[in-house]
Amino acid sequence: MTNNTNDPIIQVEHVYKSFGHVHAVVDVSLDVHQGEVVFIFGPSGGGKSTFLRCINQLEKVDRGRIVIDGVCVTDKQVDIDKVRTEVGMVFQLFNLFPHLTALQNITLAQEKVLDRSKKEAEETARRLLKRVGLPEKADVYPDQLSGGQQQRVAMARALAMDPKIMLFDEPTSALDPEMIREVLDVMLDLAKEGMTMVIVSHEMSFARAAADRMVFLDAGSIVEEASTEELFVNPKEERTRLFLSHIL
Amino acid sequence: MATKRTIEKSQPKLIPWIGNLSQAPWWAIIILLLGVLIVYFIVTAPAYQDAFLFLIAGLELTVSVTIISFSLALILGLIAGLGRVSKNVVFYTIATLYVEVIRGIPMLILIIYFAYVVTPLILTLLHWVGDTTLQSVTSGFLAQWAASLADINIQDVDLKIRAIVGLAFGYGAYEAEVFRAGIESITRGQMEAARSLGMSYFKAMRYVILPQAVRRVLPPLGNDFISMLKDSSLISILAVRDLTHLGKLNRARTFRTFETWNTVAFLYLCMTLLLSIGVRTLERRMSSDK
Repeated sequence: MTNNTNDPIIQVEHVYKSFGHVHAVVDVSLDVHQGEVVFIFGPSGGGKSTFLRCINQLEKVDRGRIVIDGVCVTDKQVDIDKVRTEVGMVFQLFNLFPHLTALQNITLAQEKVLDRSKKEAEETARRLLKRVGLPEKADVYPDQLSGGQQQRVAMARALAMDPKIMLFDEPTSALDPEMIREVLDVMLDLAKEGMTMVIVSHEMSFARAAADRMVFLDAGSIVEEASTEELFVNPKEERTRLFLSHIL
Repeated sequence: MATKRTIEKSQPKLIPWIGNLSQAPWWAIIILLLGVLIVYFIVTAPAYQDAFLFLIAGLELTVSVTIISFSLALILGLIAGLGRVSKNVVFYTIATLYVEVIRGIPMLILIIYFAYVVTPLILTLLHWVGDTTLQSVTSGFLAQWAASLADINIQDVDLKIRAIVGLAFGYGAYEAEVFRAGIESITRGQMEAARSLGMSYFKAMRYVILPQAVRRVLPPLGNDFISMLKDSSLISILAVRDLTHLGKLNRARTFRTFETWNTVAFLYLCMTLLLSIGVRTLERRMSSDK
């Protein structure tokens, strides 16, 4: 994976994706550079999640090109599993493996994909559990954890693969209000450490605190893209202004 | 009603269990009494005793055929079940064809078909392979192997083996649908999470989806095991010496129709009841711990 440091780590070029007659993503292009935190927001059904899922190819695109760290993932020949180890993903509904403990959730892919030894994988897992503030929950099954705790374990699971990029698909939307904080705190730490992050969310306060750039996505296409500061203070598009006035 | 019952319970009773008579598992008690009756006959009545001693020889074959066939059916069913959820058109088509064809044919016909049509067909094929190889190769290891192929006789394939194959293929189709239902009951997010961690489709199946799916389908699999034990009586059509076939022989030998079939039915019932207790315990354990 050779890559010029000046090249964006994610390059999305004119991507289209539709489900039957529904055009979920229409001609979206976006570059994300190493260490950048990009915040995607917009009305429900606007194609935010679909777009995010296109990046790690959980959805196959109809048209367009996506290059991640120098590898064109929309190419049919590419080893997508290898690319996915470098792109962590956090889901709205956590998607922890219910038959495994928190620790095993984090060690499974390390052992089966990265071929780490059990000992090494467990060390990494315990370190990450500590980092997300749940060192005592290693041997607990997901259904005994609160939503916020589950989401933090899910983040640890994704981080265990040492990803270069983290994708967040509405990570706090399924959480009770008092649990949102604990999840956002972990994400803030990650952002500070320089992780490249693409976040789909409605947490505007988080965007204000951590995002470098914001993208307003509506009806499948990018309406406005600007630095966080600029978008909050001086949104150019009428639609962006309207949306912001509704949710802020 | 519920309040009334709690009042009754709170009152001290002369005979403690008499108040719960309507709740007692009467069906189990009746079965138990019938069982005791038959055991009593087996011990005391010579005709029953004779039938019983003659019949128990068939138990071993019935049980071993069931266990082996069911193990094979599980393997076949798992493979076909994976095919049923596969996006690979060829794999999916083969699996679906297998399931639809087999499920549309009565088990008895399947057993006859595998024993008397499929097995000879395969043997004919093997003979042909052996003969054609012998024509071009005359010496060496390959020739020996070809000669042994050409020499296989239809009698070499035990009817017991043919019965096992028939039952296994027949039940494999049903188990395939059980596995398919189990796999499909796992939410899509599980596969997506596994794939997003870089696992291949098969690793995700092996380590994430199947462990959860198999746990969910253990009770229906257990029920199918019981069904197979009963359906194994069909192999008596091949004159394999299973419990049912020995029943026929005993009747012909002694003309004691009543005693013979009473004992046969009793023996089957004993086995299935034991198994269903096992399945229920399993089900309870599955629902209590995840």
